[in-house]
Amino acid sequence: MDKFEEAFNKIIEKDRKVEPRDWMPEKYRQTNIRQISQHAHSEIIGMQPEGNWLLRAPSLRSKQVLLAKIQDEAGHGLYLYSVAETLGISRQEMIAQLQSGEAKYSSIFNYPTVSWADIGAVGWLVDGAAIVNQVSLQRTSYGPYSRAMVRICKEESFHQRQGYEIMCSMAFGTAEQKEMAQDALNRFWEPALMMFGPHDSDSVHKGQSMEWKIKRESNDHLRQRFIDRTVPQAQYLGLTIPDDQLKFNEETQHWETGPFNWDEFWNVVKGNGPCNQERIDHHIAAHKDNEWVREAAAAYAAKTELEVA
Amino acid sequence: MEKGDKVWEVFIQKKSGLAFKHVGNVHAYDKKMAIHNARDLYTRRGEGRALWVVPTEAIVSVPLDDSDAFFDPADDKVYRHATFYEIPKGVKHL
Repeated sequence: MDKFEEAFNKIIEKDRKVEPRDWMPEKYRQTNIRQISQHAHSEIIGMQPEGNWLLRAPSLRSKQVLLAKIQDEAGHGLYLYSVAETLGISRQEMIAQLQSGEAKYSSIFNYPTVSWADIGAVGWLVDGAAIVNQVSLQRTSYGPYSRAMVRICKEESFHQRQGYEIMCSMAFGTAEQKEMAQDALNRFWEPALMMFGPHDSDSVHKGQSMEWKIKRESNDHLRQRFIDRTVPQAQYLGLTIPDDQLKFNEETQHWETGPFNWDEFWNVVKGNGPCNQERIDHHIAAHKDNEWVREAAAAYAAKTELEVA
Repeated sequence: MEKGDKVWEVFIQKKSGLAFKHVGNVHAYDKKMAIHNARDLYTRRGEGRALWVVPTEAIVSVPLDDSDAFFDPADDKVYRHATFYEIPKGVKHL
């Protein structure tokens, strides 16, 4: 083992942070690039299901709030692209990987948002699950990723609250509104739980990522935390979790769920979800439509900017 | 990188009297776009009263391989710290 590898191992062992210019194993670099770019793409693609309701938000207040939330998601995507760039990949390369399908993003965003209650469910469940994951990642070993997570968690706490507020107004509204809230919960519950990834026994990247402290807690562990937090919130709303095997285990003090439909999960990961094609097509179209803006900006900069050493 | 696109490091001063702090970076094609992008990305919640953007390529840093030797001159100068000095008991305000 050379002195660089030794220094790296010591950083991990002592729970310090790895910084961009430190030596790191190539696989550590690649694993981080894969995870962080996937995280960034999720933020960016995640704007689409929410943007779907921007022009149909039921009040000016809800429209303002939704707009602010979508702006935050864009910001979070940019923080994360910046983090990945410190590892030696360019934003342009990452966008190309997203558009070619080589890079993945969270499967949850391949589901449509068909009613206003879905916007509530997305904030409550999808952001709720993301927060559980991201709070844990604040302790990740790669310094820039950890700092981005701290920032994102701080900003994201309002996202889940705005979602729950929508769920409250729907669940305590008319019978029809309550039905929409229940329907949204029915469709988003299991996909939200599957956001944490495969069970620990089936997780491909788990071992090494935990050893390198890229991941700090296992998928099942984080998922359980989310379930335990969320079940009482659903009960408050008077909504039913769509799982007839759900029960509270007095001994462990945890909620236990029935088995998930993993075939559905892998099917969506492989690109066959209801909106996979639409999400990527939209991203490509927007990127193309803006080409003239980038060209004009480059021409303007060439004319006006002084050469910087 | 796309033609004309550049990375700029962003520094924010939270309030007067405090030092500027590095917060991250933005992509932009020119100075004006850089400062606008920095505002939109890093000060959505009143995080600052002043912003600097600096082209990343303009920042000079110490090569990491040499950093031990580079910072070496400070290593053996404990007398630069106040704790180095012995002050007689009973003497105050030193």
